[in-house]
Amino acid sequence: MIERISGKRRAWCGMMRTFCYISVGIVTILTAFMILYVLFRGLPHITGQLLFTVPSMLRNTIGILPDILNTIYIVIAALVIVLPIGVGAAIYLNEYATNRKVVEAIEFAAETLSGIPSIIYGLVGMLVFCQFCGLGTSLLAGALTLVIMNLPTIMRTTQESLKTVPESYREGAFALGAGKWRVIRTVVLPTCINGIITGCILAIGRILSESAALLFTAGFAHNLNGFIKGLSSAGATLTVALYVYASERGEFDIAFAIAAILMILTVIINLLTAYMGRLMKRRNGQ
Amino acid sequence: MNLRQFLAEKGYRDNPRRLAEDLIHLVFLVLGLVAVGSVLVITVYLVVSGLPAIIKIGPAEFLFGTRWASTAAEPEFGILPFILTSIYGTAGAIIIGVPIGFFAAVYLAKMAPKSVRDAMELCIGVLAGIPSVVYGLVGMTILVPGIRILFGVPDGATLLAAIVVLAVMILPSVINVSLTALQAVPREYEEASLALGATSTETYFRVTVPAAKSGIFTAIVLGIGRAIGEAMAIMMVAGNVANMPSIFRSVRFLTTAVASEMSYSSGLQREALFSIALVLFLFIMLINAVLNVLKTGGRNK
Repeated sequence: MIERISGKRRAWCGMMRTFCYISVGIVTILTAFMILYVLFRGLPHITGQLLFTVPSMLRNTIGILPDILNTIYIVIAALVIVLPIGVGAAIYLNEYATNRKVVEAIEFAAETLSGIPSIIYGLVGMLVFCQFCGLGTSLLAGALTLVIMNLPTIMRTTQESLKTVPESYREGAFALGAGKWRVIRTVVLPTCINGIITGCILAIGRILSESAALLFTAGFAHNLNGFIKGLSSAGATLTVALYVYASERGEFDIAFAIAAILMILTVIINLLTAYMGRLMKRRNGQ
Repeated sequence: MNLRQFLAEKGYRDNPRRLAEDLIHLVFLVLGLVAVGSVLVITVYLVVSGLPAIIKIGPAEFLFGTRWASTAAEPEFGILPFILTSIYGTAGAIIIGVPIGFFAAVYLAKMAPKSVRDAMELCIGVLAGIPSVVYGLVGMTILVPGIRILFGVPDGATLLAAIVVLAVMILPSVINVSLTALQAVPREYEEASLALGATSTETYFRVTVPAAKSGIFTAIVLGIGRAIGEAMAIMMVAGNVANMPSIFRSVRFLTTAVASEMSYSSGLQREALFSIALVLFLFIMLINAVLNVLKTGGRNK
């Protein structure tokens, strides 16, 4: 395009464009640097012994198997509890609610929840679940804290995909004589399953990366337990273990190995959400 | 009123299916109210457990006292250093992070080819998903020694290190929210500006950006919320000493003050930690209120 504009304007445009390029450059380099640096320092230290043993004072070795298992337990426990609540709340907001005040209250509450910092969840989780409910410092108390934290995520993604279900689907099912619950169960929910899965992936990502809320609710222990026993006893997840090894014991090699594992999981989770997003877009485009 | 009368009155006796439907409705209502209940429980617990210490110590002394010595023989509980550190740290992160995020968002929304935008969206997603302890770890091993060597200070674990880490951590939310706001500006605005002879760059910055103003403000406020609530990453890089804030000093934030002493605290010290959490919660509520005003303001326009 030939543009006859004054030098001053051209200089301004050039400057703004340069700022844009520099900023995008910074973001790209930062991301690449974070990923490569963590993998570079961490991957050499990921060994079979690290992954599949428990820490041993006798042999002076560190293994993160208990932390891996604890993370899996806490993800499962939190998801199993948060899914019905979050999906149910979204269904209520989208399918049942008629009272404007109630809807506003619930949406306001969900927004407030998503703004509360995780350290506050940690404190209140400790007061409510560990002390008031008598669960003590345990994975279950940690999982329950995470349930409240992730409730808004699940609610929002489910609600968004409920909104994309065409009204005609519901009307068709009603016309055939189905009751409301039957329509939701057999028509609405299957149509928006992708949105619910996306919400789950996002929630898993948040649970994997959470540490502040778990410090005082799930504790630091590195014991090897089964699922049921694990839930009722204290245990560190990968992120908490990373913090402990890096800040309190100065074991940077171990910390970077855990960081590398977490980084790989983060990338996988992002690829999955991107894939789910494309999948939904394609389906809605039809 | 007994159950039978109730069933008959509501018409459930003749129509059991309606009873079932109404019960299911009730279940979903309860599930919906879990979020409301959680907010109430969090608020009540924080107020109930945070207020006593503030009253015991004295509100003025607690909020404006400049010395925190919780484990000393004559304990002092002044949290002004924490409040100021949180404010300075957040302001620093905003000053560094927001311009980068803003320009990156304008580029991605308006100038970037589709392939670049897709790749960058993945980048930003990864940046947002990286656990805060990993940021802390990288900060500990690169920023902290880097600052020590570059500026010749005895310990690199300073407010500056925390500001840099926070700036990186708020980038994804600043970019994402501004990006959505910029993309929502109607194409006609831009076309009108282009038709009047403005260049594309002028159009983006003088027409699109002002039109997306409230969305960009929302992004900044969200960034503030993120920065003020972050705990673990800055606990690892800020040195964690209860100094009055200064750029090359080790400092303690509101969040890290809670996190670092909770595990061994007792008595009044423990209660004071809950009071700090209450102060932090009030900051967050203030930010939420601003967000709500921005949102309704954006809608009325």
